[in-house]
Amino acid sequence: MSSGGCAPPAGGAQVSAAAGAGSQAVVQGKVTRNGSAVPVGYARLLDSGGDFVAEVPLGEDGGFRFFAAPGSWTLRVLAPGNVRAERVVSADIGKVTELEVAV
Amino acid sequence: MSRSDVLVDADWVEAHGGDPGVVLVEVDEDTSAYDKGHIRNAVKIDWKADLQDPVRRDFVDKAGFEALLSERGIADDDTVILYGGNNNWFAAYAYWYFRLYGHDRVKLLDGGRKKWELESRELVTDVPHREKTSYHAREQDSSLRAFRDEVVASIGNKNLVDVRSPDEFAGRLLAPAHLPQESAQRGGHIPTAKNVPWSKAAEEDGTFKSDDALRALYGDEAGLDFGRDTIAYCRIGERSAHTWFVLHELLGQPNVKNYDGSWTEYGSLVGVPIEVGDGK
Repeated sequence: MSSGGCAPPAGGAQVSAAAGAGSQAVVQGKVTRNGSAVPVGYARLLDSGGDFVAEVPLGEDGGFRFFAAPGSWTLRVLAPGNVRAERVVSADIGKVTELEVAV
Repeated sequence: MSRSDVLVDADWVEAHGGDPGVVLVEVDEDTSAYDKGHIRNAVKIDWKADLQDPVRRDFVDKAGFEALLSERGIADDDTVILYGGNNNWFAAYAYWYFRLYGHDRVKLLDGGRKKWELESRELVTDVPHREKTSYHAREQDSSLRAFRDEVVASIGNKNLVDVRSPDEFAGRLLAPAHLPQESAQRGGHIPTAKNVPWSKAAEEDGTFKSDDALRALYGDEAGLDFGRDTIAYCRIGERSAHTWFVLHELLGQPNVKNYDGSWTEYGSLVGVPIEVGDGK
């Protein structure tokens, strides 16, 4: 991806597992259905007031990643077939918060 | 101007996407989306590689725009239908370009790639062959584009609309939450700017809200004075192109400019005023 743009690449921008979250508060995970990745869909991050903050298309492995501010967030998944799922998640600086969303 | 002048829906694209005189264009930064599957007959434009000057920070110039459209097989009188990911951010940005260079027959696919995908509509990998054209652009329409000096001079006397997320507006983040936090030298917003995140103008499926809802959003809720000129900005100018489209094309507001330098420029300028903290 280009670092000059705003576009979320599928699955979100890459972060090195070895490097960890550094100064970032990372929320990342995978969307699955019956144990298989959901490769077409969107992950939306909503703030504690329910307002939209960011969205990424799911990666081919159903993955998503956000660089959030510390705090409590709602992750909402949209996928074909009117699929919707939500999870509440907290983000902390220097931490990678992982979650799997089964739809 | 009405919605039907500037928007088409997916059914229209399925029925008319292959008509003579109609060109579908997918616009993204990450063009791997196009390569994995796109709407039948669509050609692609890369937001950065095709639309930005490769050296200095600016657009492709008129000759570059003409060369790009000629190479893609787009003629002066073609109706261009733009769509893309990110709720049409980059498609709206390209739309603004087309209007800057005088191409009036241009529309957005409402909902963009997201709604199309969520409805499980057809995506193909065939790349259409279009004969080269000899495209003629007009000189840039300066009434649609704001530069930094005009922005600084507008503080306190024009509507300034900051369309970034509330955390970016307040200075807690320097970039959207799906990107690593690297950007301008300082966080915050231009004094007197109203924070109306671009996303408030869109439904969850990426389509634009109704005119009544949009008027209420910018007028009653945000307190924009529709009698004043308006400048929209974000971080690099594509989210604010989405808001420019709403204000200028859907609501028909005159004198709306997009400041494409946006926060990556303003937040690195020496000596200009900055406010931090949440919107009022």
